[in-house]
Amino acid sequence: MFDNPELVKMIFGRLNLDALPLHEPILVGTFAMVATGGLALFAIVTYFRLWTYLWREWFTSVDHKRIGIMYMILGIVMLLRGFADALMMRLQQAIAFGGSEGYLPAHHYDQVFTAHGVIMIFFVAMPLVTGLMNYVMPLQIGARDVSFPFLNNFSFWMTVGGAVLVMMSLFIGEFARTGWLAYPPLSNIGYSPDVGVDYYIWGLQVAGVGTTLSGINLICTIVKLRAPGMTMMRMPVFTWTALCTNVLIVASFPVLTAVLVLLSLDRYVGTNFFTNDFGGNPMMYVNLIWIWGHPEVYILVLPAFGIFSEVTATFSGKRLFGYTSMVYATVVITILSYLVWLHHFFTMGSGASVNSFFGITTMIISIPTGAKMFNWLFTMYRGRIRFELPMMWTVAFMLTFVIGGMTGVLLAVPPADFVLHNSLFLVAHFHNVIIGGVLFGLFAGINYWFPKAFGFRLDPFWGKLSFWFWVSGFYFAFMPLYVLGLMGVTRRLRVFDDPSLQIWFVIAAFGALLIFLGIISMLVQFAVSILRREQLKDVTGDPWNARTLEWATSSPPPAYNFAFTPVVYDNDAWWDMKRRGYRRPLAGFRPIHMPSNTGTGIVLAGLATAMGFGLIWYIWWLAAVSFIALLAVAIGHTFNYHRDFDIPADRVGQVEDARTRLLAAGAQS
Amino acid sequence: MTSDTHALPDHDAHGGAAHGSLQSYLIGFGLSVVLTAIPFWLVMTGAIADKTATGILVLLFAAVQIVVHMVYFLHMNTRSENGWTMMALIFTVVMVVIALTGSLWVMHHLNINMMPMHDMSQMP
Repeated sequence: MFDNPELVKMIFGRLNLDALPLHEPILVGTFAMVATGGLALFAIVTYFRLWTYLWREWFTSVDHKRIGIMYMILGIVMLLRGFADALMMRLQQAIAFGGSEGYLPAHHYDQVFTAHGVIMIFFVAMPLVTGLMNYVMPLQIGARDVSFPFLNNFSFWMTVGGAVLVMMSLFIGEFARTGWLAYPPLSNIGYSPDVGVDYYIWGLQVAGVGTTLSGINLICTIVKLRAPGMTMMRMPVFTWTALCTNVLIVASFPVLTAVLVLLSLDRYVGTNFFTNDFGGNPMMYVNLIWIWGHPEVYILVLPAFGIFSEVTATFSGKRLFGYTSMVYATVVITILSYLVWLHHFFTMGSGASVNSFFGITTMIISIPTGAKMFNWLFTMYRGRIRFELPMMWTVAFMLTFVIGGMTGVLLAVPPADFVLHNSLFLVAHFHNVIIGGVLFGLFAGINYWFPKAFGFRLDPFWGKLSFWFWVSGFYFAFMPLYVLGLMGVTRRLRVFDDPSLQIWFVIAAFGALLIFLGIISMLVQFAVSILRREQLKDVTGDPWNARTLEWATSSPPPAYNFAFTPVVYDNDAWWDMKRRGYRRPLAGFRPIHMPSNTGTGIVLAGLATAMGFGLIWYIWWLAAVSFIALLAVAIGHTFNYHRDFDIPADRVGQVEDARTRLLAAGAQS
Repeated sequence: MTSDTHALPDHDAHGGAAHGSLQSYLIGFGLSVVLTAIPFWLVMTGAIADKTATGILVLLFAAVQIVVHMVYFLHMNTRSENGWTMMALIFTVVMVVIALTGSLWVMHHLNINMMPMHDMSQMP
């Protein structure tokens, strides 16, 4: 069979044994580690006979809480991969001086920085943000689940499918060497003829379907499923930011999808949208991708703002200062985030009128953001602040984010940007806002809502260790980059000539090492908390004396969230209920109508991933077969009429009685 | 079982979209036919000599056609779904206008300043 090259090509496309990176010792070592870890995990799950449990209770689950937790696990796993890339880059840049080439060849280094950006944005920040919204928002509005529970499961698995494709590129073929936004003409077929950019395109397209659908789902949930009495201006701020974020997702991700389709057409069928000749214009790609790209950063940071609002109010023991202004600031940021995209390419050649318009709109965004900052400060003012872990992350955020915001306003001045564009100053700025804003927010959220999700708190000792490593590591890693950027060092360089710069890169590498310890401490924190779960147990469902509805139910909440839909009379619904001496109903339960689990989501996403793989390697039969199967399964699923069931009233009664006993036992001890 | 014990939303809950009557469908159909026929007539007979003007006019008819479809076939009005439909429409229009006019403005600049064979002193 292998004598016939035509047949081999038809079956395997351009996939052959050379695609396996056997000549790269770093990758072989990584593969050995990943394979060993994977086999160990597989063995453990098989040994404890957990496959059926995982499949029935988790993979096919349509429960928004379980899907939220799976999103968080995906994000944390991918964080390890993305951070490994970061460490490799820091090490390379710290040693590649004085004629040394470092240890990474250019071909590999370019893939590492591309993969780092793509993974950190699409497969770390997005899953963590979506996961928290998925878990918390329906509880906050007193809903039983999201509007479209099956769609939620499907969205999650599509995100996993995209992540799988990107991870696959590590060991089969290679990833893009273009930078995380794959600007043409470099990403066009003439300059990137290999599979790297195709992995990029199909990884993002598969995951993008999931993101868009989950955006629609969550908007619909917020608009339609709020508890009675919860008017728009009584929604918790986190729900407000979730609404605005999902509006941004739905409005901006189609632009990304469209621009990637145009790039695919250029690469696959020889159109000339973004080529240098035949009327193509690569600048159009840059313009379009930033129409998506700028809203994207607000998609990430708005939910973080929501988390800080909840945490500040809870741990200051006060109602959030300036709720209305907080809501309006969020909405204004939502609109303004669409009016600033050109500040990513001031230097591409627009005239003074365009550059000054976009420079000014960019500076205007700092006004609502500043208003939020003052709202948090005034919430803390004269409050009884408890410095638990979520609050510590919030304070670290406020200090760090303000620095990032100020360098952002600096970059918004077009003449300054002409000096700083594509320098390490820019790299320092966006890590400053994404780590200091988004990541610190997510860590605050994880520490804040973990007891809600699992019924026990996270261990504070290892949490504090992680906190101090992360925060100090961040400053060590990125402040030197500001200095280097001001000295004119550009981003994505592999080797350096000027030996006087080396000390700064060594400091940055030291910072990355501290962050590494922070991540390890966080993983240890999870492990220690699971081991000490009896000591850290919370039976009240409200360990922080919090204010919003998610704390009104048990921890972890029952599958149906609330036995009776709560009625809302105030912004801080749960605080208001506690103040008025709310008593849980103990009888009179009714059957609860719930959606059934289904494996269709995981099947569809698996087929979509197989189709992506076929398209990447030009294995046309695989792409065609999986596409047809995708349609068939999707249509077949519409004939599935076993979509819902009722939890009988006595079953609800049993669950609620168990909670009553727990509460009574907790009150005695 | 009352609706408040449902996890899944009821489609016939309050504030849903209005349903059309036969009359409104007929009006919509008539308007659509007329709005389609006129552009065909304009192009086929060449009633207006200026091709640019014809093109703009056809686009205008298309825009009106969109509105007719939204009102008579999609039953959109300011009250349906408690005003959410209208709000979403306004937001969409704002976004599309920003993205299109912004792109045209930006690409116009880039085209004049950056594409080859241009005199840099003519920068806008």
